[in-house]
Amino acid sequence: MSAPAILANKSGRTRRWHGLQTGDEVAHFVTFLFAASVLFVTAFLVWELWIQSAESRAKFGFHFLATSDWDPVLGQFGALPFIYGTVLTSVLALIISIPLAVGAAIFLAELAPPSLSSACTFLVELLAAIPSVIYGLLALFTVVPLMRNYAEPFLKKTLGFLPFFQGPAIGVGYLAASVVLAVMTFPFIIAISRESLMEVPRDQREAAMALGATRWESTFQVVVPYARLGILGSIFLGLARALGETMAVTMVIGNDPAMHASFFAPGYTIAAVIANEFAEAGTSLHTSALIEMGLVLFSVTIVVNALARLLVIATSRKGTAQSQ
Amino acid sequence: MSRLIYRKIVNGFMLFLTGVCTLVTVLVLFLILGFLIYNGGKSIDWNFLTKLPLPPGEPGGGLANAIVGSAVMVGLAALIGLPVGFLGGIYLAEFGGKSFAFAVRYMADLLNGVPSIVIGIFAWGVAVKPMHGYSALAGAFALSLMLVPISLRTTEQFMLTVPRALREGALALGAPKWKVISTVVVPAAMKGILTGMILGVARAAGECAPLLFTALNNNFWARRLTEPTAALPVMIYRRAIAPYDDWHRQAWAAGLVLIAMVLITNITARYILSRGISVQKG
Repeated sequence: MSAPAILANKSGRTRRWHGLQTGDEVAHFVTFLFAASVLFVTAFLVWELWIQSAESRAKFGFHFLATSDWDPVLGQFGALPFIYGTVLTSVLALIISIPLAVGAAIFLAELAPPSLSSACTFLVELLAAIPSVIYGLLALFTVVPLMRNYAEPFLKKTLGFLPFFQGPAIGVGYLAASVVLAVMTFPFIIAISRESLMEVPRDQREAAMALGATRWESTFQVVVPYARLGILGSIFLGLARALGETMAVTMVIGNDPAMHASFFAPGYTIAAVIANEFAEAGTSLHTSALIEMGLVLFSVTIVVNALARLLVIATSRKGTAQSQ
Repeated sequence: MSRLIYRKIVNGFMLFLTGVCTLVTVLVLFLILGFLIYNGGKSIDWNFLTKLPLPPGEPGGGLANAIVGSAVMVGLAALIGLPVGFLGGIYLAEFGGKSFAFAVRYMADLLNGVPSIVIGIFAWGVAVKPMHGYSALAGAFALSLMLVPISLRTTEQFMLTVPRALREGALALGAPKWKVISTVVVPAAMKGILTGMILGVARAAGECAPLLFTALNNNFWARRLTEPTAALPVMIYRRAIAPYDDWHRQAWAAGLVLIAMVLITNITARYILSRGISVQKG
């Protein structure tokens, strides 16, 4: 700690109990309040979700998560089809995006000349800045027809013996939503994977090269394993984004509250059903059930996000420790 | 020897593949922009920017109220959210203890990752249900919640880049800490902080999910902040899923307006950032 900081602390400590007297104490106190407001708001958010979903929690208990009836008219609510849809689309999206995004991150961190790398990184960041409703708009008018006319008939012809690739090709459904989500997770995975790849110390690469490894071998067997925690963290961040993504999915998922094995079939996700039904919910039970879904979504994304942050923090600590 | 040739072929092939991956991801961006410019450019006209929406089936009409509604709500959200995050960020950078600051930082990151639809539910519970009506205020509140963590983290990040010597110089001249912060540190970090805030506001302007059931929608001018208000992203959503060709045309035009705004702010902000923050080393 530097000398001024210690001085400031000392004067703060002696005067703390005499009220706020100096400008420093006022500044300290005011900014503290605002920093604490972040904690307060987060706590309030959790509390609000918990209280507002009380009616549904009391009526359905844990069966809410395990039943698949969704009938607002009869007052029957089960979250299973939505949880299924959310998980299925997110996992499919990651299956599509991980190879592409990690490949791109390797290219940007290891191979591309710095100017090309920073230009591409900039473009990828712009991809992250595009509002999700725009992704939805494009997906509805380009991805859905493509799926209906080309991709789904092709998959049916080649892999149609699997239950996942059967049924009518109608365009909207799990697969279309997954493709859109995959694109939306690119920037997250690329940006953070690239950073953790670049944090790998130079000696690691040079040692591998000196042992006679080719560039690819050095990258794939030394650099990528070294940065694996950061890459995993970036994938978790992408997953959290995919799980909570609302607008783009709502527009192409097909809005069918049922579970289908086929990826071509229309489905529903948690975020999409909240977006579609919340404003029109007729009964308080319906609203409450939707809020409970929000609570489920919130809990899952918080856990995934927390894991991701911890992984990223762990790798950046490791990186700084190595470079010192 | 053939083993070596095999390894070299694998090397070349895999490196080529990573290049293809990059090309695909970058290509997606250009495809998106191309489609928007092509379809939106066809549909945008003066009516779109100045007229109110017409009932379905009647061609023409515009989304002027949505453009204004978006501007009002985003402006209000910025007025609420940015200062809160800014002051909190100052605390983290200048006063923060270790564990409390870590908790705030971590929470801010988590809040940043909360799905926007959940933020919408929260804002509904806080600002719509008690007031018995959808309003621009509720929408602005929801958006401001998304701005707080962004503003907080940017402020902290850029204030920490201000060299210690600058602070110590001012302290050595006898300035109290608050004066050092407000006249030395904040001005030195201002360029970066503002840029980050602008990026955050651009992101909030594109948010649709938190507005769906806080600001709802409106086909007319909202006269008061307590009335349901139209916003550009919500209009894009409503128009795109409706079965009318003329509404699709308007959705594309609105998409073009939104993306132009988002991209222009992003490119400008990042250009300013890449020119370096005007902090003198030393």
